[in-house]
Amino acid sequence: MDIFLLEAILNGILLGGVLALLALGLNLIFGVIDVVWIAYAELVMCGMYTIYWLYAVYHWPFLAAAVAAILLVALLGVCVHRLIIEPVLGSAPINQLLATGGLLFFLQSFATLLFGTDFRNIGLRLPIIDLGEIDLSFARLLAFIVAIVGAAGLYLFLRRSYLGTAIRAIAQDREVMGLMGVNARSVYFMTSAIGGGLAGLAGCLLVLQYDVHPFIGNSFGPITFMICVLGGLGNMIGGFLAAFIMSQIISVGGYYFSIEFSYVLAFLLFIVMIFVRPQGIFSR
Amino acid sequence: MSPVVTATRVLAVLGIALLALLPFVTQDYVLHIAIQILIWGFVYTAWSMMGRFGLTSFGHGAFLGIGAYVPAMLWNFFGVTPWLGLPVAMAAAVLVSLLIGYPSFRLRVVGHYFALVTLALSQVVLLTLVAAREVTGGSLGMTLNVVHSWFALQFSGKATYFWIALAVWVAGLFVWRWIDRGIGRVALEALSEDEIAAASIGINVLREKLRVTMISAALTALGGGLLTQYIQYVNPEVVSGVSVSLQIVFAAIAGGMHTLLGPTVGALFTIVLNETLRILFGTHFIGAANTIYGILLILFIIFMPQGIVGLIEGLSARVAARPRLTPRPADGE
Repeated sequence: MDIFLLEAILNGILLGGVLALLALGLNLIFGVIDVVWIAYAELVMCGMYTIYWLYAVYHWPFLAAAVAAILLVALLGVCVHRLIIEPVLGSAPINQLLATGGLLFFLQSFATLLFGTDFRNIGLRLPIIDLGEIDLSFARLLAFIVAIVGAAGLYLFLRRSYLGTAIRAIAQDREVMGLMGVNARSVYFMTSAIGGGLAGLAGCLLVLQYDVHPFIGNSFGPITFMICVLGGLGNMIGGFLAAFIMSQIISVGGYYFSIEFSYVLAFLLFIVMIFVRPQGIFSR
Repeated sequence: MSPVVTATRVLAVLGIALLALLPFVTQDYVLHIAIQILIWGFVYTAWSMMGRFGLTSFGHGAFLGIGAYVPAMLWNFFGVTPWLGLPVAMAAAVLVSLLIGYPSFRLRVVGHYFALVTLALSQVVLLTLVAAREVTGGSLGMTLNVVHSWFALQFSGKATYFWIALAVWVAGLFVWRWIDRGIGRVALEALSEDEIAAASIGINVLREKLRVTMISAALTALGGGLLTQYIQYVNPEVVSGVSVSLQIVFAAIAGGMHTLLGPTVGALFTIVLNETLRILFGTHFIGAANTIYGILLILFIIFMPQGIVGLIEGLSARVAARPRLTPRPADGE
């Protein structure tokens, strides 16, 4: 097989890990709270900026900066739920979409106001792994591994812990669970915190590969929604698998055409899929 | 014709006539702002034509982008006049709206699924424009070849363009009115409330939805084309993609998408706010204006989803209704 094609496929798998992590967070929030956070990728941007400042400007150790970023974005997630989602929980779904869309505007322009439109790099150079003729970026491999571990951790948390069980129960039936003594409000807060934390984690992984700037969310946001819908909104395993399909289209498409056209292909596939299988490709 | 209707018409004609006099009394800067308010107001009105019936499109950036680029490229590469380029762009936008609208309405893709499908569409247009950088200039944008003439729809002064924008905006209001008056509106309102019930009383759901979608797409493309002709420069990020699509949705909602002048008020409000903040903060605080804008949008969605005009109408209706609430003396014992 063509060595460059093989490299594109490998990179696609690695990219899929991070996209899967993003889709997981968004899907968790959708499945439990029934709200689509259009501004989810902007939370990732906040995480990236946090690391940039703590690591590159204030010279914290990277791990400490990463933990701080995850906690901060988790807190941000809680604030988003309390301040923006809660007031519109009862109104039309489209209003919820619009309210978080306003948040997208706010976060992008606030970041521009604070940091300007410069592309900032944290200046951490990770080695390139040499696999014979294929070069593999260590940053991407690391991102992939951490994303998979994060996803597995979330799975275990939802399956094994008391709180995880409550979250899954709410996702299945919000009315009845209230009667069973589950406090929906605190479950929502917990879910928002976990969703935010996952965005923060994704930010830690992406900042190793990409420069951070106020509009970086535009590069990941739309594709993440498409992945979630493709996997079936709220279906976490479906979203996880769909992330790898999309990342292959982007990566291999980028090998044959250009990276923009590969995204065009991914979006067109999404449009067609929503007409053919609106419930997601992995639903029964 | 009732005296109220006549009075409203006289007022409208007077108002438009007064607006048309604007180029004689102001400087270029005010005209520049006014032209942008009129064209964006036209685009937001076009969006509301479908938005008010529950067809919340996040993809109008696609139509705007087609409208902006098709005439610009026809002009720059083949010297085709925008008088031909604009209708071609509108036809292309209608075609795209059919390609996305027909299956969406047929298969009942509604709510946030419809929003996401249209969002994907606007990304497709944005990325195609960036990818075809050999002909479109990619992210760097494209500057129009400038020839000041009616043939090129480019003028040295701002006055002519102001009148064109005014005429188009008024025409947009007439189209809105025409949809509002027609039987289609009743049908569309019925189906935005309850689609199955509407279909069961014989409303052709698919046809009515497609009709407003096509009109909305065509007019949005026209707005995009005029904007580009006026600025004589076009950039993919400014006319397509997520950002501008959301901008259209928000301005229309902030103004009030259910009333005739609501979307225009949205344009007036957002552009004036932006300019004021820009002058207040200067170029030193890029993003300050949009930060405040973003906060306002969230507040609007939470506290007044009816928009500015909707709020004013609601208040005035309450004031008007007040006397009727107090019992008349004759009703007493």
